[in-house]
Amino acid sequence: MNNKYLFIGIALLLSGCSAQWGWYVVDPSLPAGRSNLQFLLNGFYDTIQLSVSAILISIVIGLLIALPGLSHNRGTRSINRVYVEIVRAVPILVLILWVYYGLPQMANISISVFWAGVIALALSDSAFEAEIFRAGIQSIDRGQYEAAQSISLSYSDTMRFVILPQAIRRILPALGNQLVYMLKMSSLVSVIGMQELTRRANELVVTEYRPLEVYTILVLEYLVLILIVSAGVRWLERKMQTDERH
Amino acid sequence: MLENVGQPGDGHSLIDIKKVSKLFGTFHALKDVSLEVGWGERVVICGPSGSGKSTLIRCINQLEKHQSGSITVGGIVLDDSKASVNAIRANVGMVFQQFNLFPHLTVLENLTLGPTRARNLTKTQARDHAMPFLERVKIPEQADKYPRQLSGGQQQRVAIARSLCMEPRIMLFDEPTSALDPEMINEVLDVMTELAASGMTMICVTHEMGFARRVADKMVFMDHGEVVEEAKPDDFFKAPKSARCREFLEKILQH
Repeated sequence: MNNKYLFIGIALLLSGCSAQWGWYVVDPSLPAGRSNLQFLLNGFYDTIQLSVSAILISIVIGLLIALPGLSHNRGTRSINRVYVEIVRAVPILVLILWVYYGLPQMANISISVFWAGVIALALSDSAFEAEIFRAGIQSIDRGQYEAAQSISLSYSDTMRFVILPQAIRRILPALGNQLVYMLKMSSLVSVIGMQELTRRANELVVTEYRPLEVYTILVLEYLVLILIVSAGVRWLERKMQTDERH
Repeated sequence: MLENVGQPGDGHSLIDIKKVSKLFGTFHALKDVSLEVGWGERVVICGPSGSGKSTLIRCINQLEKHQSGSITVGGIVLDDSKASVNAIRANVGMVFQQFNLFPHLTVLENLTLGPTRARNLTKTQARDHAMPFLERVKIPEQADKYPRQLSGGQQQRVAIARSLCMEPRIMLFDEPTSALDPEMINEVLDVMTELAASGMTMICVTHEMGFARRVADKMVFMDHGEVVEEAKPDDFFKAPKSARCREFLEKILQH
């Protein structure tokens, strides 16, 4: 897999030597190119900050929504269903627009571009994560709950020490998928003016008229970011498996 | 903690089950079952599969809710309150057919989880508390291994030690040897026999009749959700009163 990406990257760079390409816009050996490149790369900071905040919040909300979904009580379970069905039905872009332009008017508050992006991404992602968590928790054998009850563990201790640690191992691949997806969707926050990777590329294209080179850089930026996340998730998966096996 | 009801000689039973019924949908798992277990008494329950024996002992620590009848353990009446369920669980240990060890925790962590969380011991205290129980089931050297690295017999002994770690007054065994390879059954039965000798009150659902003969004070035969026969082991094995019980014993004692 990694070799394939490397190959594509090299092919793109080599083709950049041909006359069609104008790498000068981002050539680090030229002052203008260097400042353009710096401008693009600074977007990493914003994209990462945005995504990490949204991911952390979405995991908390996702878990809080997943738990009532496990209840034997129909009313409690419907909290989970209603949330998941509604939030999952709204396209992320629409949610971003609604949170940034609609929510402040409705709640009479002011909201920064950054927090509007974080809230919209976190909400949208939390519905999917709630389903991933619920499936993972439900896959744990009932005997584990019974054993925990028989040694007098409370519900929260049972979840924290017995069920969730086992569920998280099974959930990890699906959760990794979701994190990668979310990282990519953060590019949509550019539409409300958040100066992350995509927005910066758009702005540079408007001033430099070199979409090919600038967007190629943008592709590579996301590629690097996501390869790092994928490697991280795989490392975590391996680590947890060996923890259990020894 | 339990009220001190059911002590020897006070005229009460430690466990008093009266006319308990339990339905799974339309299936009548228990029909008006009554059973008394005295302090230090060892009861073995046997019967064909689906006869309600597991359901009965699972009702005692409320892993199953019964619909009618009453269960009293050490003077505490089981009602819908969390307090009564918790009080009883704190004094009743359970060993499962499938062991139900926590696979992501080491043997020692399996033992210390209860004491650290439910009894507020520190890690060191819990370790010091747990090790003698591992020695008692004869596997202290496996303390830092994970359950999957142990044989079935060893896993079940860890499960027994995990229960004992909570210092219960009553131990429930739900077919503890049914999932084991034949050569591992005895190592588990030995631990249970030793436990019986120490005076623990025990209710065992099992088909191990040799074990039953050795340790039981009382034999109970169940069929179709009812207690069909209740007798001292000598009478039970020599002269079962009911035809159903006789038939059952003939089938399993041939082997």
